[in-house]
Amino acid sequence: MTSDPPSTVSTTSRRGTATAATRVLGVLTIVMIGWLGVFGLLLSPADRDQGDAVRIMYVHVPSVWLAYLAFIVTALASAVHLFGKGHSMQADRVAGASAEIGVVFMAVTLVTGMLWGRITWGVYWQWDARLTTTALLFISYIGYLAVRGLEGSRSQRARRSAIVGLLAVLEVPLVHWSVRLWRSLHQEATVLGTDLDVSLDGLMLFSLFVGVVAFTLLFLWLLLHRSRVLTMIDLSAETGLDAALAQRRAEGGVTA
Amino acid sequence: MTDAGFILGSYAITFGSILIFVWRTVRSGKSLSDGMSDEEKPWL
Amino acid sequence: MSSVSRLQMVRAVCAKDLRIEQRSKVLTSQIMPFALVTLVLFAFALDGDAILERTAPGLVWLAMLFSSMIIVQRSFAVETADGALDALRVAGADMSAVFWGKWFALIVQLIILEVVLIVGAIVMYGVDLRISGLVLLVTSSISATCGLSAVSTIYAGLASGVRGRESLLPLLVLPVASPVLIGATRAAEAAFGAGGTVVSEGWPWLGLLSVFAVVFSFGGSLAFGPLIDD
Repeated sequence: MTSDPPSTVSTTSRRGTATAATRVLGVLTIVMIGWLGVFGLLLSPADRDQGDAVRIMYVHVPSVWLAYLAFIVTALASAVHLFGKGHSMQADRVAGASAEIGVVFMAVTLVTGMLWGRITWGVYWQWDARLTTTALLFISYIGYLAVRGLEGSRSQRARRSAIVGLLAVLEVPLVHWSVRLWRSLHQEATVLGTDLDVSLDGLMLFSLFVGVVAFTLLFLWLLLHRSRVLTMIDLSAETGLDAALAQRRAEGGVTA
Repeated sequence: MTDAGFILGSYAITFGSILIFVWRTVRSGKSLSDGMSDEEKPWL
Repeated sequence: MSSVSRLQMVRAVCAKDLRIEQRSKVLTSQIMPFALVTLVLFAFALDGDAILERTAPGLVWLAMLFSSMIIVQRSFAVETADGALDALRVAGADMSAVFWGKWFALIVQLIILEVVLIVGAIVMYGVDLRISGLVLLVTSSISATCGLSAVSTIYAGLASGVRGRESLLPLLVLPVASPVLIGATRAAEAAFGAGGTVVSEGWPWLGLLSVFAVVFSFGGSLAFGPLIDD
């Protein structure tokens, strides 16, 4: 007895990964990002020392905040997968989605930081603790994503990348310590002063706050959608496998 | 605005990256979900 | 339950790795020449006696880092070729003992390489080895090597086996190993007195290197089992 082939587009199927909650979140995010643009570029004043260059900070600081938040989420989700009962695959997918987001925003951080540095310091790059650690962290997470791309079963992928993700977090304080100690040997670093040493007036602080809130909402939205996409990828791999197994059994005349 | 190129460039790169990432995620979401019924989606 | 004690397992794995090296002589016949050639190439690239002497510690440790990638990849390639790691795991061996065994074997080979490279730097770059700096040099080199060996062993365990994974090893190891490069180089500079540094400036680096070695050796022994558990 043949069964109906599964319909590829069910009439009850909703397209995409959205739910009512994510739509609300999405609208809020768009509004906040719009405010960020308005405040950052227009309403907030230029800085006393930096001039208009401070406006870059309103996207640069939220980006680095988001990148670090993403990597913390990756580490936590990795820990949940490794040490939690049941080795949750959902945790693995959250870790992976979060790392992807983190890498993108780390790249944005580095580029916007370089543009800011070009204006304020006259150079695109400086070998100070923060920048150097950020660059190495960026490369480490590219390595993490490369490990996720290795061939193997889903649980292998999850276990390997969870360990790499946790080791990457372990490495951050050590790298930062070593680079800071290293740069303290070289006096030039203090002259250029890489600290965001601005006395932020009310409107500037508010713009920064808008940016951080906007990007946090954005992170949540991206994480939800991207993890759902990864879930669907895993599920279709599974059903693909199930279908292949069913076919083999049918060929062998074995009743399922 | 002094150094407008750098500043606007930073905003363009930031928002552009966000837009690209969002667009690609939504697009994957739509095309993958076409092969699945609502029952199969764990978040629904 | 294994009837072999953990210490015996560690010794057995270490002895096996060293015996394989002893028979194949890859370290002495291939990797040492490669490392020495690297020192020569640095001289061509940097073109200047003063700059070579000044940067000698950095060059030595760069050559060490790159050579260690090759050594550790080989040490795992040998395992996967015979399915030895799988056999050990199936037999219920304690994977952290396997880690410590490979870790120690790698340290032995790296230290031999280091001695050769430092002698090479003394000869080719005109580096001055002072007695006052000797203790710092030896202790910092050993702790740097312990940390480097730990990191290399962990990630090589992950990257070994399936074709195409090996090229991932440098990408994974080098960022994580950067504190080793920084610490070992600065300590060696202080030991050699390069750039006017004094031996006492090197000790903080020994602290960093030791912490790194402890963290990644113990972290590695814990992570090794789940990593190999394919």
